[in-house]
Parts: sequence; C-alpha cells; structure tokens
Amino acid sequence: MSVYTPQTIDDAVGFLLAHPDAMLLSGGTDFMVEVNFNHRKPSQVVSTKAIDELRQWKIDRTTNTVFIGAGVTYSTIENSKISEVARALAEAARTVGSPQIRAAGTLGGNLGTCSPAGDTLPVLAALDATIHIASPTGRRDQVFTDFMVGPKKNSLRTGELVVGVSLPIVDSWQGYAKVGVRNAMVISIASACLVRNRADDSVKVALGSVGPTIIRAYEAETWWQSQPNTPNTAEMFNDFGSRCATESRPITDHRSTADYRRHAIKVLCARLAARSATP
Amino acid sequence: MSEDQMYSLSVNGKVHEVRDSWVGESLLYVLRERLGLPGAKGACEQGECGSCTVMLDGAAVCSCLVLAASAVGSDIVTVEGLSPDGQLTDVQESFIQHGAVQCGFCTPGLIVAIHNLLDENPRPTELQVKEAISGNICRCTGYGRIFAAVQDVIETRGA
Repeated sequence: MSVYTPQTIDDAVGFLLAHPDAMLLSGGTDFMVEVNFNHRKPSQVVSTKAIDELRQWKIDRTTNTVFIGAGVTYSTIENSKISEVARALAEAARTVGSPQIRAAGTLGGNLGTCSPAGDTLPVLAALDATIHIASPTGRRDQVFTDFMVGPKKNSLRTGELVVGVSLPIVDSWQGYAKVGVRNAMVISIASACLVRNRADDSVKVALGSVGPTIIRAYEAETWWQSQPNTPNTAEMFNDFGSRCATESRPITDHRSTADYRRHAIKVLCARLAARSATP
Repeated sequence: MSEDQMYSLSVNGKVHEVRDSWVGESLLYVLRERLGLPGAKGACEQGECGSCTVMLDGAAVCSCLVLAASAVGSDIVTVEGLSPDGQLTDVQESFIQHGAVQCGFCTPGLIVAIHNLLDENPRPTELQVKEAISGNICRCTGYGRIFAAVQDVIETRGA
C-alpha cells in the first residue's frame, strides 16, 4: 500500500485514471475502520488532504446557491454560515458520530461511501442537490438522485472524484430527524429530511436507511400538494407520515427490523411535518 | 509514499521519523508502537470510544481513524504534549482532585477533548460539556466526577 497526496484536482484525476484500483481518502472515518479491521487492504491510497479547492465553500446570493467542497467537514457545516442557509444539512451533520468524527469526516466522504445510512444524503436528495464531479474529460454535474445508484454505490467512473455539492437556498422550513439506539454516536436506523417551501407550500421529503438508496417519497409529496387545505392537524401529519412509510423499502438487518424501520419513518415524517407547522 | 518509504510526523512540536512501518498503519498505532508515545489509548479502533483522541491541526480527532502517512505536514498534539514533561495541566490536576479517574483508560482521551473544548469555549454550559465529550466513553465513573472536575477548571480559570 502506498499513499499519494496530490496538490490539485487535475493531479488527482490523472493519478486515479492511471491507478483504477486506488482508494480516495478524505476524513478517514469510514476508510480507516475497514483498514483497521482488515476488511480492506488497498494497494494504493490517494489522500485528498492537500487539495485546497476541496475545502472551499461559498454562499452565492446572486444564484441563491451554496457550494460546499467535498473536503468540508461536518463540523464546518454545523458551525459555519452554511448552517444558516442549509438548516437541514447542519442538523444532519450534527447527528453524525461525535465531535471527533465530525471534525474529521467530510461531505465528500459521505458521498464516496454512499451508505443508505449516510446522514447528509437525505438532505441532498430532498434539496435536489447538484453533485460536481471532476473527470478525465472535464467537469460534469449530476443530481444527487442519479448519483447514488445502490447501497454503497455511486455513479463515479474511473478517474473521477467529487469536487463538491451545490444546494439551492430556498425560502423554506427544513429539518432532519433520525432514529438510532441512543442520542450520541449513532448510525441511523431510519432517517428523514423534510423541506417545506414557503412560496407554494410544497414539500419534498427524502428517507434514509430504509432502502438501497435514499428514497424520495414523491407520492406523499404529491398528496400534500393536492390537499384543499394545507395539512395543519395531527391527523393530517400522521396521514402524511403513513404515506411516507408506504414508500419506504426497508430490510431487516443487524441494526433493526423492516417493520420497526417502516414505523419509525411514519413517526419521523409526521413529527417533521408537525415541526414545520410550528412557528 | 510507498511501502518502504520513511516519513516524518510533527508531534508535540518535535519532528519524529517513522521507519519500517506499513503505510496502512493508523496514527494511533504509529504514536504508540513506532514513536513510543503511549498516552493515546486504543480500544475500539473504529472511532466509537474516544480513548485515542489527539489534536490534529487544532481539532480533536480519533487517532485510530487517521492514516498516519496522511498526517505528514500536520501539527499533532497528544496528551503527553499538553504540558511540559513531568507536569500536569489544570484539567489533569482537577481530575485527580475530584476522583474523576477510576480505571483510567478513557482519561487521556477525555483530557485532550476537554482541553480542546475549553480552548474554544472557556465558559461552556453543562450541556456543551456533555456534548463535547459525547464521543469519549467512560464505563467506570458515570461521568459525575468528570463533570465536577471540568466545572472546577471552568470556575478556577474564570476567577
């Protein structure tokens, strides 16, 4: 195993193209667990640490977007002005691991691992985030729902890496919620992000840990829009939660059962809807 | 950096050469087994317990989740580097006074995490203290005496 530390994105792309088996290393919080337990013994590692461009983030008020570099840590998302324009992303970042994990782990790492339990991913799905990708033939963009293609599978091809993510800054209520066995240091059993647009009172809702990819509950979103009166009672919030649960596709595994996960989605989505209605 | 290459790490203000190591070694392993700095403890090897906490470029991180060879050029501070040789920091003194140490295995990680907290926020609330050490697992004390020790440091420093 050897470690290569490129200084620029072009350098990284060139190296990844020449070494198709190389593993990209960002914060290390997923990668090193696999190395420590001998689940992975990569022959070649590319550390993104020295690439300054990956650690940039920028709020652009003319396009109303926030760009977040792949190397930006959960801790930065939680504690910088990013949290003011991407509330749900900051909430999701705050639920990741411990302060130590959040100081090391990155948004790009979450996308690279692409676990259905990745905490930032439901937020990216609900906001229709754009993933910016550097490839040997130049830059390309992809919406998140096309980027994640399966459990721990993304659409990156040989020689490609995630440069960053753009999120729209929308006049909205947005929140993230998850269930785990306790409060701190927990991998989600079920999670959800709700974005409620103030202009037309439409909602977007995305579910984590309850399917092979993050699931957008499009039918529940459409139901919300089709109501003659904006959902505003506990009964309607519960109805919304049940509809979200219907669209989840959970499995039973070492972390939880499919039944519990479906129930958790119902409760989480109903609570998020209720929170969105609380001034 | 390839298999047989030597590299250097800056730990506690000194440059240490790392020789004869496998490049996949964690910073925790290199600190303990290659550099003779056993302060950071190894338990879970997966970032769950916090006993290996060190400062990396000013942030408290789990050294078991840092690829040592990727920490070249970073400023690393371990529990051994928080005060001059043979001396204890105020946080360590307070831990002793309040009986915040039982088996002691989690203590170095807690000490580093608490120094990091108080450097950034000299007057944290109880909730902020709890959150700051939420990644440091102690199975002996029940945390009560740890909180008392931290509270004492906050008050003494603020006086």
